[in-house]
Amino acid sequence: MATKKEFNVFAHELVPEHRVLSEEERETLLRKYRIKISQLPQIKASDPAVVALDAKPGDVIEIKRKSPTAGYYYYYRLVVED
Amino acid sequence: MVAAKTIKSLVNKAELPDNIKEELYDKLIEYNKKYKLKKAEIEAIIEETVKEYKKALIEPGEAIGTVAAQSIGEPSTQMTLNTFHYAGVAEINVTLGLPRIIEIVDARKNPSTPIMTVYLDEKHRHDREKALEVARRIEGTTLENLARETSIDILNYEFVVEIDPERLQKSGLDMERIQKKLEGSFKSAEFEVDGYTLIMRPKKTGKLSDLRRLAEKVKKHRLKGLSGVGKTIIRKEGDEYVIYTEGSNFKQVLKVPGVDPTRTRTNNIWEIADVLGIEAARNAIIEEIVNTMREQGLEVDVRHIMLVADMMTLDGVILPIGRHGIVGEKASVLARAAFEITTQHLFEAAERGETDPLNGVVENVLIGQPVPVGTGIVKLAMSLPLRPKRE
Repeated sequence: MATKKEFNVFAHELVPEHRVLSEEERETLLRKYRIKISQLPQIKASDPAVVALDAKPGDVIEIKRKSPTAGYYYYYRLVVED
Repeated sequence: MVAAKTIKSLVNKAELPDNIKEELYDKLIEYNKKYKLKKAEIEAIIEETVKEYKKALIEPGEAIGTVAAQSIGEPSTQMTLNTFHYAGVAEINVTLGLPRIIEIVDARKNPSTPIMTVYLDEKHRHDREKALEVARRIEGTTLENLARETSIDILNYEFVVEIDPERLQKSGLDMERIQKKLEGSFKSAEFEVDGYTLIMRPKKTGKLSDLRRLAEKVKKHRLKGLSGVGKTIIRKEGDEYVIYTEGSNFKQVLKVPGVDPTRTRTNNIWEIADVLGIEAARNAIIEEIVNTMREQGLEVDVRHIMLVADMMTLDGVILPIGRHGIVGEKASVLARAAFEITTQHLFEAAERGETDPLNGVVENVLIGQPVPVGTGIVKLAMSLPLRPKRE
């Protein structure tokens, strides 16, 4: 990112809420779904939303998605280097 | 009559998603007022809701990908093959129907008809004049757009442009600004303004072809607006004015004063991914497919489209559906080979010494084994006594 964004990406209607999970929450998540961390969907470290959150590769991002069928639900992505 | 607090705690205990809980709670409060329910009745209602909810869930092992493919594929056969339409937006060309669906699913970097829908902020959205002001800032204008006539004067080694005063006024530019702008961009030439005539004189006299080449460059030089954006059209939608643009430059348009950066969007999914991130791109894919389908009078359940969008954005970048994208990423060699360019996949796998654990569907169909789908996903093991017991 050469230029700093003047506006907040999360303000745009297309962007859902993102949040970085704490260490504990990450462990609970992996235990709940009985998966390895590498099995999570991914998000690039250069993604504007990740940059805005200042998350590092290895962090897990929780995304609160709006869904036309389920109100809202949570989706998880692992931050990876690109 | 049961207290609202008890209802709340009962609802919260149920195994339901939050939004259903909310709806259930509201309904229960309403009916509780009307019919004075007993606690046992409320419990029964909640239990029934949970049962119905669980019944509506997809079962493990359901081949949702196949169902999604069929559900999108069938209506697609009824779509027009006609690429161009002037749908909704007057004068702006939009790719619609099957070609547009293919474009989205193939994750093309540049759609054939990029379009931005620019919403305006509170100050500019209600007044046509003010909307026009913003549109002028966005609309890309070149000297060619303003010219009535251009000619090359061979004798004096000059390039002469006659500017159309009407167009000049509409664009919000004036001769002086054009001169300054061009002088700043083209150091190798002098510019002279005489009324509505602009004369370009290269500092060095050279070949005629050099003048022609420079003239061509000057003609195409952007005087104002955003690169990549051409014509703009203002349309009234409900109680506000919205600008549609031919061409797209999402990153820049969000910075233009007067633009509402929270609602403005483009139909170029890649631009959305670059500026707003992968999650926004996922939403954009869903929206674009749903809108294209609806425009054709077809309805596909969003769940199928959501699955497609989820698969396309799984790795944090937009992957096309096809051999360069999702199928090409499959772990199984046989699954990849079964799709396209069979021999190449097999050769490459052999070279790398890949093994195929045969976990997926395609590879098991290929070799004639039970497929891990539906009931095939469960394996049954029985422990028999090793030796029959002697009485």
